This record gives sequence, C-alpha cells and structure tokens, in this order.
Amino acid sequence: MSATAAMNNRKKTSLWAMLIIVLAILILPLTGYLYVSMTDQPAADEQTNPRSDTWRQVRENQEGYSAVKGQETNELIQGAGQNWRQLRNGPIATYGAWLLSGVLVILAAFYLWRGEIKLTHPRTGKTVQRWTLNERRLHWTTATLFILLAITGLSLLYGRFALIPLLGYPGFSAYATAAKWIHNVLGPVFMVALFIILIKWFKNNLFTKVDIEWFKAFGGMVGDKHPSAGKFNGGEKAWFWTLATAGVALCFSGLVLDFPNFGQEREVIIGAHLIHILTAMLLMAFSLGHIYIGTLGTEGALEGMTTGHVDVAWAEQHHDLWLKEVEEQQQNTPQ
Amino acid sequence: MARMKFLCDAERCIECNACVTACKNEHEVPWGINRRRVVTIDDGIPGEKSISVACMHCTDAPCQAVCPVDCFYTTDDGVVLHDKDICIGCGYCFYACPFGAPQYPQEGAFGARGKMDKCTFCAGGPEEDNSAEEVEKYGRNRLAEGKLPLCAEMCSTKALIAGDGDIVADLFRSRVVRRGGRPDNWGWATAYKD
Repeated sequence: MSATAAMNNRKKTSLWAMLIIVLAILILPLTGYLYVSMTDQPAADEQTNPRSDTWRQVRENQEGYSAVKGQETNELIQGAGQNWRQLRNGPIATYGAWLLSGVLVILAAFYLWRGEIKLTHPRTGKTVQRWTLNERRLHWTTATLFILLAITGLSLLYGRFALIPLLGYPGFSAYATAAKWIHNVLGPVFMVALFIILIKWFKNNLFTKVDIEWFKAFGGMVGDKHPSAGKFNGGEKAWFWTLATAGVALCFSGLVLDFPNFGQEREVIIGAHLIHILTAMLLMAFSLGHIYIGTLGTEGALEGMTTGHVDVAWAEQHHDLWLKEVEEQQQNTPQ
Repeated sequence: MARMKFLCDAERCIECNACVTACKNEHEVPWGINRRRVVTIDDGIPGEKSISVACMHCTDAPCQAVCPVDCFYTTDDGVVLHDKDICIGCGYCFYACPFGAPQYPQEGAFGARGKMDKCTFCAGGPEEDNSAEEVEKYGRNRLAEGKLPLCAEMCSTKALIAGDGDIVADLFRSRVVRRGGRPDNWGWATAYKD
C-alpha cells in the first residue's frame, strides 16, 4: 500500500468518526423527550378537567337527558349538518352544474361534428315489432316521471339562484311547494315503474362478448362500422345497469327522505340526501345521452318507442342479431 | 347596533325548564313544538351539567345557507328570522342546524312537515310588529317593545342571559372572575398553595 493510499484511508476513517460523533451529540440529548413521554403518559390519562369533559361530551354529540321529548331533543350539538351544508352548497352544487352543462355541451358538439347517424341502407318499408304497447307504456311512464322528478329536484337545488330572480320570493315559494309535492309523491311511483323495468328486461341486459366488440367500435357512433348487437346494445345495457345500481340507490335514499314519520335521525337523513343527490346527478347526465341517441342522434330510433315498429333496414344496422332472432322465430311459427 | 346573543351558564342552570314553559306560553307555540329545551349531560351523576338551548341566531347560519327558497333573513340586531309564507317545509334547515332549533308541526309521510317554527329571539317575523298575523305565526315581538327574550328575563338563577353580545360577555366574564369555591380555575388548587 502506498503512502498516499494509507493517508486517504486515514482521512476517510476520521471523517466517518467525526460524522458519527456529531450525530450522537445531536441525537442523544433528545432521548430525554422519549423518557419524559414514556413516564408522563399514565399520569396524563388519570387526570382530566371535568369541565372540559362536559363540553367534550356536548361537542361529540353525546346524548343527555331532556324533559322535552321529541326527535333528538336530548342532543345539544349535531355536527353532521355542517358537513352536509358544505358538501351540498359547495362541490355538489358546483360540479353538478358543470357535469350537466358539460354533457349538454359535449352532445351539442358531437351533433355538430357527427350529425344524425343516418340509415346506411334506404328504408325497406317492411317493419318489425320492437316494443309491445305495454313496453312502450312502461317506458314512457318511467321517462315522464324521471323528467318531472329531475326538474323538480333540480329546482330545489338550483331554484334559489336561478328561479327566485325570475319568479320572486312568493312566486318561487308557490312553485317550490308544488315541486316538493310532485317530487315526494311521484318518487315512489317512479320507483315501482323502475323496478318493473329492471325485472322485465333483466335477462336481455346481461353483458355478452358481443357487447365488448360493440364498445370497441364505440357503438357505431364514430366511424362507419356497425357493431353487432342483440335486442339491447352495449350502451343500452350500460344504461340498464346504471339504473339497476345508482337508480336503486336513488330510490331507497329517496324513501329515507320521503318518510320522516319513521323518525330516522338527522345523520341518516343527511347521508341519504348525499347519496340521493349524487346518484341523481349521475342518472341525469346519463339520461341526457340516452335521450340524445334515441331522438336527434339516430335516424329511425325514436319510432321504435313511439309506434313500436322499426324499419328492417334500421334493425339490420343497429340490432342485427336481434333481427335474426325475430326472423327465425317468425319462420318457425306457422302462419 | 346591538348584536343579540344567548348564553347559558352551565354552572347556574338548574334544569327547572321554566325557560321552556315561559316560551311556550308567551308565544302560544303549537303542540309538539318547543322552541327551547334543556339538556342535561351526565344526568344523575355528580358533576351533571344542564344547558338550555334554542336557536342561537348564528352569524353564518347554516339554515339560511341551505334553504331552497331563501326564506331566512338576519335583522340589524343579528337575529335570524324566517318568513313562514315562503317556507315550504322541506326540512333542510333541520338537517343543517347544529342545535336542532328548527321544528315542524308534523312529520308525515311524503315529507309533509308543515311550516317550520323556531325561536325568534322574541322578535317576531316579517309582518308588522305585534300585528295579529305576526303574533299568530311567530308569537310575540318583545324586542319591538324594548324588552329582551322572556326565557332569559325570567330565568330564576340568571343562568340564561340574552341581549347584546358585548354586555352578555362582560357579565359572564365578571361571573367567572368572582365565582369562588368552585373549580372554574381548574388546576389552581393543585398548583398553588395559597
């Protein structure tokens, strides 16, 4: 080993020794805190300020006794309402408005860019039944109720900002009274209609491999390809399952809000209200897409739900597998 | 201008519920509604504390913030009042209020609640002071007569104080300083020998 290498080695060792000594000087005195915190803890637990305890109990909404009987009269402070207020008036109202107007803008932009999706083949004049009269009644009942509930519900959230300047306080109050009644009475009716739909069309809406291809081709919304679909295409199935999940949550949370006579506590009502408003926003956004595709977006789609019959050319383009099924059935049944 | 405040001294309140009764009587409050109530924490245990609570007339009132029809207003005295002709009985103020002040004459199916009722700080409503309509809907308007809320005025131990916030605070501060023999100054007995 050369002299310089030995020198370097010694320098390195002394540098490390220095560092360790400095670290030890810095850290060792701090162990006092550790000692104090360990020995102090039991003593701190034993002694509490009785007055702070009382106010802590009040703040934590501990139930006391009150001679006044009634809903939650034995509680002094309920904190959940403040959170609800912040969420409802803040992010939910703000982003909800952005979501709905955003979807409208996107649909308008899409319409300008893509236009109506036309029939690729001319109408054959031959039609095939797509929805029976009862199915159409069911659809339009649910749709009408949905729109009424959406408008009245949105009025309660945004009416204060949008409608009071238009109608004035007494005017809006009269409208809101009616809106509240319509919402509260028609809500359970909508629930029944929705559940009939969910049961009736459950089997047709189970996802299959065909739907994966359908989604890959964006349902024929983009490009000239027309992906295959059965009676319900991938998009309709997605709408069905949104209704089956968010829609059901919407209905049940609505019942919690609609029947205060069962005496549910404020915290439960507040939770239900948040679920109700969030799922409602989701469904309203989705419904705008559904309405667009069923009316302006696709040539020949609306007549299926109004007259019950669609042109064979339309069926071949949008629901080819279903058309095949129907044709096979017709051949098998003796005329 | 005064900024009206309620303060309940938990060291003085004896849970006699006279404030509750006085309020009901003064305002002819409907059945099932109590604008004020007394809550006892640790009832029956040594060290129990009672507090009388009603609408606190908050500065940034949550009821006011969530009301879909915007029926609340704050007077120049800092009292939060509401207009029963505008109220639709939706229940939102009841959800939002930390003190459980808003109450309804009914809790029926399909959200039928009737018009909300709450403590007015004895200041009535939007109608003409102490007119028949105002008394009918909101109870008496004592503030208009230069009087303070009855619950506090007749409190036997003067636990409940109502009035201008600054005066209420001064009153309470002097009490805390003078109060002897009770552990307001918690820890002093252990820390200081004389």
